[in-house]
Amino acid sequence: MKAKYWIGLLIIAGAIGYMIWGGLGQSLVYFITPSEYYQDQAKYRGKRIRLGGIVKEGTIRYDPKTLELRFVLTDGVAEVPVFHKGTPPALFKDRQGVVVEGRFEGGTFHGDNLLVKHSETYQPPKEGYTPEEVRKLIKEAK
Amino acid sequence: MRSERPGLDAVSRALLGLGYLLLLIGFYFAIKAPPDAQQGYLVRILYLHVAAAWTGYLAFVVAGVYALLYLLLGRAGYDRLSAASAEIGLWLSFLMVVGGMMWARPTWGVYWVWEPRLTSVAVMIAIYVGYFLVRQAIEDPELRAKAAAAVAILGVVNIPITYMSVYWWRSIHQTATIDVINRKTHMPPEMLVPLLVNLFAFTVLYLAFLRMKGRIAALVAEEERYG
Repeated sequence: MKAKYWIGLLIIAGAIGYMIWGGLGQSLVYFITPSEYYQDQAKYRGKRIRLGGIVKEGTIRYDPKTLELRFVLTDGVAEVPVFHKGTPPALFKDRQGVVVEGRFEGGTFHGDNLLVKHSETYQPPKEGYTPEEVRKLIKEAK
Repeated sequence: MRSERPGLDAVSRALLGLGYLLLLIGFYFAIKAPPDAQQGYLVRILYLHVAAAWTGYLAFVVAGVYALLYLLLGRAGYDRLSAASAEIGLWLSFLMVVGGMMWARPTWGVYWVWEPRLTSVAVMIAIYVGYFLVRQAIEDPELRAKAAAAVAILGVVNIPITYMSVYWWRSIHQTATIDVINRKTHMPPEMLVPLLVNLFAFTVLYLAFLRMKGRIAALVAEEERYG
């Protein structure tokens, strides 16, 4: 009665194959930057893409009533106005690295999935960390 | 050569005791560590996630080394240790993924994305699930050991790919905080020390489990041979 293990193995082999040739092939370039988009607009026109960059300082407009979020995504060279409907993740803020999934509609990028890219740097809050400051910090992070 | 008292030997006992003690100390350090300026206390998942990830990689590499030793020297003990290490590695990988997902939801906004690091980790886990299916599927002990060794060695190839994925490709997963490639640490000592203590605790516990599992497998093999 070893047949069921061979079936299991086939499933696993198929899954690995799919992830390497199907999934990984697509996710190798997980996102493109605004400059890359403008360089090769014809290739991406009307297609679903992931745009990655930094949230330009002072451009965040969020309406909590309609959940409409607008901001400018920049890679330091090119800028893209982004529209996203939904509550932004907790760490979303000015100069944060983000990846937006969606497509261009006119000159605006309409995102339906907003991911925040966290950096590899960890540090305690600057002024030390009294319990009050920590509580404030956690409240702000929500 | 049958051992009379198949209980825990002194070395296993010592490793296990030391490991659990270090785990308690590591837990205390992790609770005492300051919150991160951006994530708050969410940063504590890191002490578990990184320790599990590193010891998981270590376990898979050790499984590959024992597999190679088995193929070269043909001793059944190496095959048993290879399987033991792969199993511990698989559990550590599950722990890493669960911790990572709990961290990713509030930080990135999603539990899982098919980006290079997470995809290569999924491939890694699938390979070692396949490793145990191979062990179950083949009845002949020698053939089973050889086929399993081949999978374990193949699996090691994927470990550096998984580790380097955040450097080679654009990913949403951040690069290593203790960056051995660029020799930098993006972390203050009050966070680094808890991480290193936890990493040490996980490593000692891994060694204890490997030794115990290896001995149990040897006893089972003896039992099967002599009845």
